[in-house]
Amino acid sequence: MSPSLRKNLFIAFLVAPAFVILIGVVVYPFVYNVVLSFSNMNLRHIRDWEIVGLRNYVKVFTEPSQPDFYVIFIKTVVWTVVNLFFHVVIGVFLALVLNQKEIRGKGIFRTVLVLPWAVPQLIVALTWRGMFNYEYGSINQIMTRLGLPAVEWLRGPTEAFIAVIITNVWLGFPFMMVIALGALQSIPHDLYEAADIDGASWYHKLRNITIPLIKPVMVPAITLGTIWTFNNLNIIWLVSNAGEPSDSTHILVSFVYKAAFNFYRYGYGAALSMVIFFILLAFSLVFMRRTKAADAVY
Amino acid sequence: MPKPTFKRNLRVTASYAVLVLFCLIAVYPVSQVLTVSLRPADRLLSTSLEIIPANATLDNYINLFTRTDFLRWMGNSVLVTLTVTLTGVALASTAGYGFSRFAFVGKKAALQSMLVTQMFPATMLLLPMYIMLVKLGLINSYLGIMIMYSATALPFCVWQMKGYYDTIPSSLEEAGRIDGCSQFQTFTKIILPLASPALVITALFSFMSSWTEYVVAAQILQDTALWTLPIGLKSFESNMSTEWGLYGAASMIVTVPVVVLFLSLSKYLVSGLTLGSVKG
Repeated sequence: MSPSLRKNLFIAFLVAPAFVILIGVVVYPFVYNVVLSFSNMNLRHIRDWEIVGLRNYVKVFTEPSQPDFYVIFIKTVVWTVVNLFFHVVIGVFLALVLNQKEIRGKGIFRTVLVLPWAVPQLIVALTWRGMFNYEYGSINQIMTRLGLPAVEWLRGPTEAFIAVIITNVWLGFPFMMVIALGALQSIPHDLYEAADIDGASWYHKLRNITIPLIKPVMVPAITLGTIWTFNNLNIIWLVSNAGEPSDSTHILVSFVYKAAFNFYRYGYGAALSMVIFFILLAFSLVFMRRTKAADAVY
Repeated sequence: MPKPTFKRNLRVTASYAVLVLFCLIAVYPVSQVLTVSLRPADRLLSTSLEIIPANATLDNYINLFTRTDFLRWMGNSVLVTLTVTLTGVALASTAGYGFSRFAFVGKKAALQSMLVTQMFPATMLLLPMYIMLVKLGLINSYLGIMIMYSATALPFCVWQMKGYYDTIPSSLEEAGRIDGCSQFQTFTKIILPLASPALVITALFSFMSSWTEYVVAAQILQDTALWTLPIGLKSFESNMSTEWGLYGAASMIVTVPVVVLFLSLSKYLVSGLTLGSVKG
């Protein structure tokens, strides 16, 4: 066997299994989803379906559904931005606090603070749902004991949406904290010492050393976090119990899950999935390009 | 210089206060699960805020094992999770190495399309897979769900492994080759052991994603006998009457192994996750 053949066989041994699985379970269903999105398939037409052109896409944007696409889209953006904002701010803040050299017991603090990430999302969601219960939930118990009025967390559309966001903020800050901690530890200490000699304030050190140096690690994490949050089905679905009250707490991904699996609208669901995918693709391309352009400045 | 010391003490005290506050916020919801699981049956809907309730009892745990299918669900989950984790680690560790060290046709396209799959909404693959499985008569089979779990976690795991391998200098392999190792041996004997932090993280993510996955399983496994833990757990929580006690006990049993595993491996999280992305 010639060395180059040997090498190629080795490469094939390494990557072929993953390729086969990905083609079978990712590429093929993806193509099938594209076909579905142009078809009239639903529960009644599961075998005798036919291609109907762009009808499903037109429906996505124009169907007078309750709630309609644009409202859900705006909600999804609000959901994503608010969550990411708190994830990053709390995560980076805790990492900065934890990374100070005077702090003892770093390991213990870090372990406890990572807890929300470690708990399975399903249990997080159902537990917070219990905590938001009007009569027995501990959130209202605590609020009334502090002299605040009890809130109907899961009955009003706005309250339910806030409840879902609180749950997801709790769940998501440890990821950003861990990433930020890793990035902070890679910053050479002499940079800060040099800044101290120059008499720089903590704000200047943060602005001119810390932020630029953790940025290359945070930008991919934020991109990934945005995608995960935009597509986070678990928390919305389980905390609001499939969009309650009366389908007012949906984001796009829970809305399409409901259309596909509760209302058996397969063609429509496939088309809406494509739309969500393209929104995220466009966002990621623009965001990565803009932040990379910003990198060159430093 | 008394002033800077005072300022420093203030800052350190405030830092501890912040950390303790956030630790309480992190722990409180978890403590709720424990509380609910220990409540006696007649006091499930209590307005008390105690962590360990008055007349705490293990009845809920006993009921869980004697009156429900919990043990069977657990067996199902163990089977699915083990298979998925082993497959995931095997595929990601080899493919990641291939992507890190060798040039081949379609490499860049494959890496980019794996990133793109992260943007698929859950329904994008689930819906076509579901319809295909219905048509093939494979609904209510573990094969379908195992393949789906392995494949959905795979792109992230391959990227993660590739990123870590990239940080291991290739001079190590050259040295190994000079000492007479084959390509395969340099990979298994030199590189894999060095990549163990990343392997651990990959295994952890594969484990977590299938041990606690609900939305896919809920569509594919409809027969109660095949249910995995998350579906069983959710069945205690229904609109009409939530079995809070059973739910709490089951949650504790599902959560504890994950949390223990996750927290004991958390020291790897920082290096395993970020080393790959830090490289220039």
